[in-house]
Amino acid sequence: MSILVWAEHDNAALKDATLGAVTAAGKLGEVHLLVAGSGVDGVAAQAAQVAGVAKVLVADDAAYGAALPENLAPLIVGLMSSYDAFLTPATTTGKNIAPRVAALLDVAQISDILSVEGPKTFTRPIYAGNAIATVESSDAKLVITARGTAFAKAEATGGSAAVEAVATTGDAGLSSFVGAELAKSERPELTSAKVIVSGGRALKDAETFAATILPLADKLGAAVGASRAAVDAGYVPNDYQVGQTGKIVAPEVYVAVGISGAIQHLAGMKDSKTIIAINKDEDAPIFQVADFGLVADLFSAVPELTGKL
Amino acid sequence: MKIVVPVKRVLDYNVKPRVKADGTGVDLANVKMSMNPFDEIAVEEAIRLKEKGAASEIVVVSVGPQKAQETLRTALAMGADRAILVQTDDVVEPLAVAKLLKAIVEAETPGLVLLGKQAIDDDSNQTGQMLAALTGRPQGTFASKVEVDGDFVNVTREVDGGLETVRLALPAIVTTDLRLNEPRYASLPNIMKAKSKKLETKSPADYGVDITPRLTVLKVTEPAQRSAGVKLADVDALVGKLKELGVGA
Ligand SMILES: Cc1cc2nc3c(=O)[nH]c(=O)nc-3n(C[C@H](O)[C@H](O)[C@H](O)COP(=O)(O)OP(=O)(O)OC[C@H]3O[C@@H](n4cnc5c(N)ncnc54)[C@H](O)[C@@H]3O)c2cc1C
Ligand SMILES: Nc1ncnc2c1ncn2[C@@H]1O[C@H](COP(=O)(O)O)[C@@H](O)[C@H]1O
Repeated sequence: MSILVWAEHDNAALKDATLGAVTAAGKLGEVHLLVAGSGVDGVAAQAAQVAGVAKVLVADDAAYGAALPENLAPLIVGLMSSYDAFLTPATTTGKNIAPRVAALLDVAQISDILSVEGPKTFTRPIYAGNAIATVESSDAKLVITARGTAFAKAEATGGSAAVEAVATTGDAGLSSFVGAELAKSERPELTSAKVIVSGGRALKDAETFAATILPLADKLGAAVGASRAAVDAGYVPNDYQVGQTGKIVAPEVYVAVGISGAIQHLAGMKDSKTIIAINKDEDAPIFQVADFGLVADLFSAVPELTGKL
Repeated sequence: MKIVVPVKRVLDYNVKPRVKADGTGVDLANVKMSMNPFDEIAVEEAIRLKEKGAASEIVVVSVGPQKAQETLRTALAMGADRAILVQTDDVVEPLAVAKLLKAIVEAETPGLVLLGKQAIDDDSNQTGQMLAALTGRPQGTFASKVEVDGDFVNVTREVDGGLETVRLALPAIVTTDLRLNEPRYASLPNIMKAKSKKLETKSPADYGVDITPRLTVLKVTEPAQRSAGVKLADVDALVGKLKELGVGA
């Protein structure tokens, strides 16, 4: 089987999410990476080094610079005549592009796979991960998104794939990119961090969140996450949200501070290796999944903890 | 401009899903069902656009069993104008829903279709993008802001790194994220009024769409369960555990 994998990047560097997708695709057959973007020679060179990649296709065109699905779908659908499957990481970019491609190929997409069970059989979470479905496709081709936390990252170096330019399809004239407000942070990225400290509604406001959570995260070298309640209340930006509808994370250590543990939040973090919860309510549902729980007022416990580390 | 809003009837988000003992799916007998939360947000946004004068009529559509009428009535009580139920008891995958919606879009010619970004039962996150593909129209997924501007709509999207804004030519397909708005509750008078609003019932065959599933669900199982661990006595005990784990030492 041959699989075309969408390479996630920002036109300058390959993103980590690509590496998990390569591993997932490698379980199906021969992996080719598609680097579509604007001025992406550097990304293509990086992609060629990823272990397990047999070939890199480069589609360089200004129309692909912002990863607009209206422009990318015709390119990918054209390429798919030579492939059995199209796979993207289950990132916001992947989720935006893959279904558009699937519909044009008249294929039922398999979203967010956790494992490959056979050439057409996969497991995937439903109901916020409260159930795992094993599904088998009857379509001639497959379109898949793969959950990052479910597949080990392929080695970023060691490969030496051939790089080949492909014909571009230009601007579909339906959409344009206006601008972005992307968070800049010195901290590790949520989806690849080894340690995460997350705060919930209990943190009161943006200042209190920053004054309480950030020093602890600094001590632990951690990324910072949040519950939906904390994001909605404006304590932190939206891309901090962990959960069913936010980011899915599985760090070595996840510290939940003042988070009750709603199923939608658990959906995003319950595969973490060790979960630590600090909550003043001993009956908070978060304690049902926590390996270590501390029943305490966070406003005394967290500063004390930070001080003693 | 007309707006079409597809709404799905799903297990209420407050109910903990239980996997059936025979492994065929999640138990939906005698549990509370509600409108998919993202679809409530879509209905709300459509109503706000109408209140601002940017839209003239709101048509809500559901694909599902007869009971999905209740979901449509809820949308009508919130402020939608009329409803279409494409009635079927069969499993309808996102691709088939998108094909049915395409047929409805061709008949209704809306300027905007507002969907939820994801149904909280199948967690597919596909239907809006598929509808956009099938109709050949642009898509603004995971919207946290929607501004109609003449023949265009500017959509601010929640993406992994933060926010991004795209400008789409109308007609366009938009899918909602949680922070787009806070949906209103239907008032009692509006619930009464909704009963006399038009609700049409159709079948997939009326639209000539084959809804045969492409995916076979071989089994549905419970995820590996985590068990509650230990409660620590004090902060010092937590410091010790973190050191054992090799962090913060
Ligand atoms: C469709 C949908 C999708 C959703 N997606 C997500 C998602 O992706 N991620 C997500 O997180 N949520 C999501 N939610 C929301 C979710 O249902 C919960 O509302 C949310 O997770 C609650 O956040 P919280 O735990 O911070 O707040 P709360 O539930 O209010 O919990 C606050 C906790 O802080 C504790 N506390 C208060 N004061 C102190 C103190 N001084 N010291 C210690 N502890 C204290 C309380 O005991 C309580 O347990 C979603 C909801 C819906 C409907
Ligand atoms: N059976 C359905 N009836 C009406 N709308 C639906 C149906 N299934 C999906 N949708 C719409 O498509 C969105 C995304 O669903 P999904 O792709 O299944 O995650 C939902 O939020 C709804 O707006």
